[in-house]
Amino acid sequence: MKTNTTTAAKILEVSRQLGLSLPEVMLRRERELNETPPEVVYEKLRVAYGIMRQAVEESLKEPHKTMGGLIGGEARKLAKYRAAGKNLCGETVSRAICYAMGVLEVSASMGLIVAAPTAGASGVLPGVLIALQEQYDLTERQMLDALLVASAIGVVAAENSGISGAAGGCQAEVGTASAMAAGSSVYLMGGSPEQCFAAAGLAIQNMLGLVCDPIAGLVEAPCQARNAAGASNALVSAELVLAGVPEVIPFDEVVEAARQVGHALPESLRETALGGIAATPTACRLAEQTGCGGCHGCG
Amino acid sequence: MSTGIFDIIGPNMIGPSSSHTAGALRIAYLAGRLIHGGAKKVEFTLYGSFAHTYRGHGTDRALLAGVMGFAPDDLRIRDSFHIAQERGLQYSFRIDTATEVPHPNTVGITLSGADGHSVHVTGVSIGGGSVRLRELDGVEIDLSGEYDTIVVKQYDKPGVVAFITRTLSESGVNIAFMRLYRENRGKIAYTIVEADQPIHRETVRTIFEHPDIVAARRITPREEADR
Repeated sequence: MKTNTTTAAKILEVSRQLGLSLPEVMLRRERELNETPPEVVYEKLRVAYGIMRQAVEESLKEPHKTMGGLIGGEARKLAKYRAAGKNLCGETVSRAICYAMGVLEVSASMGLIVAAPTAGASGVLPGVLIALQEQYDLTERQMLDALLVASAIGVVAAENSGISGAAGGCQAEVGTASAMAAGSSVYLMGGSPEQCFAAAGLAIQNMLGLVCDPIAGLVEAPCQARNAAGASNALVSAELVLAGVPEVIPFDEVVEAARQVGHALPESLRETALGGIAATPTACRLAEQTGCGGCHGCG
Repeated sequence: MSTGIFDIIGPNMIGPSSSHTAGALRIAYLAGRLIHGGAKKVEFTLYGSFAHTYRGHGTDRALLAGVMGFAPDDLRIRDSFHIAQERGLQYSFRIDTATEVPHPNTVGITLSGADGHSVHVTGVSIGGGSVRLRELDGVEIDLSGEYDTIVVKQYDKPGVVAFITRTLSESGVNIAFMRLYRENRGKIAYTIVEADQPIHRETVRTIFEHPDIVAARRITPREEADR
């Protein structure tokens, strides 16, 4: 049975018929696709997860001076707030948003990150995964399998809808990352393959229509806070599914809806920095300060 | 090509942008492989979105790092201006916001080698760190750099292309894609071959020794382990 599939329905069918977990389906698929043996896949995932962890640690060590100077120091602020016992969100969500913000801070200061699925959404998955690992004492192998589940969801989104902000808005970047993190969370908490995709579908539905409107065209604001929103949305979506809230719309249909919504977004709201938050008077002032070349978006 | 695990969990890269940082580096990396003996001088012209937002994305540092052969996850990208100076690589950036370009993330690169010859390419960053070279010395091309590639500059004469393909097959290289581009009939042509296997230095040398071949350069999809 061919496992090189690009829809959730097919991946779940393979999983059911061959009695394989989602990580196992993805390992077989990768071998068919790129002739990569599982041990090599795990080694590369170990490196990727290590980079994710390191980015979070770096953001907590010291505030980072970013290239555009719009952000910096947020992860430490959130960590301090939590340490003082003031956090509203509860331990897991509070950690997840702190780490997600931190990774974006490191990325914006030309630090090393894993684009998952993109650099602009690179905080969501590490934020959620590292928070869960700390809260539930999960093993590294479990985390690498969670990355495989995330990749299954990301593959379906990339193949059928797209993962670039320029084509589909932020819903394609942070929305997809949030879906990947939601599915991973369900997997780590013992959910079924079907539940993983159900949570992923909810996560995208909750972010449908989210525009890409970076101030001064930089991956700093509002991108960083949206990574925190994507991380919390992942955990919300996972909890809904794990509690038994039924999936109304199958993942593949949600992805198709996201594709159509992405196409319906005007160009000004797809990474051009010509609309939305990027076109506010304050954003335009900030853009001038960052040495933005002047795209006339600020009229 | 179907999306794999590491198209989603990756690339591992220096931020902040897959298109404006990692992609820019990839374009310059490919350009840098096209100059024999390495570049001594490089001039970049940034267009469209690259021209507007290069500073905040470190696009300029990434471009320079790419010419020097750095990988997208090399932390030295931050210091590439300094490293280029140490290595005696001259560089300059020109910002062109006036010229209309078909793709917003476009860069023109002129490289000059130690012996005075130069190469000009235009590249575009199409998202997620993927790139295309679209122009080489005034000739429209299409090169992704995702395969082991050989770029041959030749006189447009009978038998030259057959010689290239024969040499490759004799060295055990299977051709995935092959395209021929030319300026004018009977003058200069370019053959670009993308292959399933690595193309060895000796194979490139054999091809280069043919009297009707002006230049032959190979590109490996993996950045040189220059660290």
